[in-house]
Amino acid sequence: MELTKFIENFAGEFDHTDASVFTADTVYHNLDEWSSLIAMCIASMVEDEYDVVLKGDDIRNARTIGDLFNTVKAKM
Amino acid sequence: MAFLEFKNVRIVGLSAGVPRNIENNLHPTQDQGISSEYSPESFVEMTGVMERRVSYELTTSDLCYAAAERLIADLKWERSEIDALVFVSQTADYLLPATACILQDRLGLSKECYAEDVSLGCSGWVYGLSNVASLLATGSLKKALLLCGDAKGNLNQFFGHAGTATAIEYAGEEEGMKFHFGTDGSGFDAIITPDGGSRNQVSLRSFELEDINGIQMDRMQSRTKSMDFFLFGVITAPKSVKRLAEHFGLNYQDADYLVLHQANMKMNNKIAQKLKMQAEKVPSSMYYFGNTSSASIPLTIVTQLKDKCKGKTKFICCGFGVGLSWGTVAFETRDIVISDLVEVDDDAKDKKYVV
Repeated sequence: MELTKFIENFAGEFDHTDASVFTADTVYHNLDEWSSLIAMCIASMVEDEYDVVLKGDDIRNARTIGDLFNTVKAKM
Repeated sequence: MAFLEFKNVRIVGLSAGVPRNIENNLHPTQDQGISSEYSPESFVEMTGVMERRVSYELTTSDLCYAAAERLIADLKWERSEIDALVFVSQTADYLLPATACILQDRLGLSKECYAEDVSLGCSGWVYGLSNVASLLATGSLKKALLLCGDAKGNLNQFFGHAGTATAIEYAGEEEGMKFHFGTDGSGFDAIITPDGGSRNQVSLRSFELEDINGIQMDRMQSRTKSMDFFLFGVITAPKSVKRLAEHFGLNYQDADYLVLHQANMKMNNKIAQKLKMQAEKVPSSMYYFGNTSSASIPLTIVTQLKDKCKGKTKFICCGFGVGLSWGTVAFETRDIVISDLVEVDDDAKDKKYVV
């Protein structure tokens, strides 16, 4: 599981946010486009790509994309 | 393993009743819990819900009654032949008695009629169907009405009001219906109305406003942990469809239609993608009606597939939501009778069974 690919997959779920915004340190909760429906899309992507099921608290408790990457990695 | 199969039963008719009044999500009113996450335009883009049918007068039973009257007429059923009535809703007319009892009398059904309420939301049509199928499968009872929906209680930009009627018959030699069910009560508060039941009875505190994710709500209003619910739906619904198919040796992609509970467009698109279902096989009514709880699957069939179900039609239907609760059913119809949508005026509300 690569961080770069995870960030790319994460960014792919956004429609209106420039790809350059997304790094491991991005605090995704602060993005203008962030919403509960985007969170759903991220969880769906994580299940499809990494076969990991995220709970609401996993997404709430992680702060950055890097944090969420580590959460997913720990569940694999 | 909650798999069930009932042979010798079939759905012969469907109808739906909605309030005539239309609310538009581009112009939401304050008393309908405007989303704190989105502007009206973004809300419509993200959820796919533009319009909803809303009445401040009609109850679920009023809408189901109108739908049932139309369906009984279209099927030319004798009322005396209707052996069972199951009412599925989380907005019953009264805490007690059961609304099914009121509807038995209001519809002029026999006093020899089996009648019961089932308290479920978005999964309710599938659960109700299994309930009715189990009643009819032995042939002791021959005809039943399943009345499903919600009204009045849900007021936010997602929810619309609707009541539906599904007519089911005992029919020997039929393939029948195959079901998969699941429940996860650890998510009981993902969608909840905190006060008004036995746990928290109505008190003055019930009407104090609280800030729930940026929206002022009292404790008699239902509240949703959106993220938790969305994650649940997008993960659980495809799994349920796959488990049903695997258990019964079906190829779900052979179905003519996959009818999903209408939660929001983005979620349903994701579910369809996960199941690799062609978009034209996954009808949607949420643009015009929003999330109508246990009415959403039959309402979608009535409004989107009325002229597309001639001859044999294979359905997979999946309901999922409050509880958390989910269910998937596979069945086939033959020349099913689908009534025109019934638009109900506010003055059609019940005046007899009122205290």
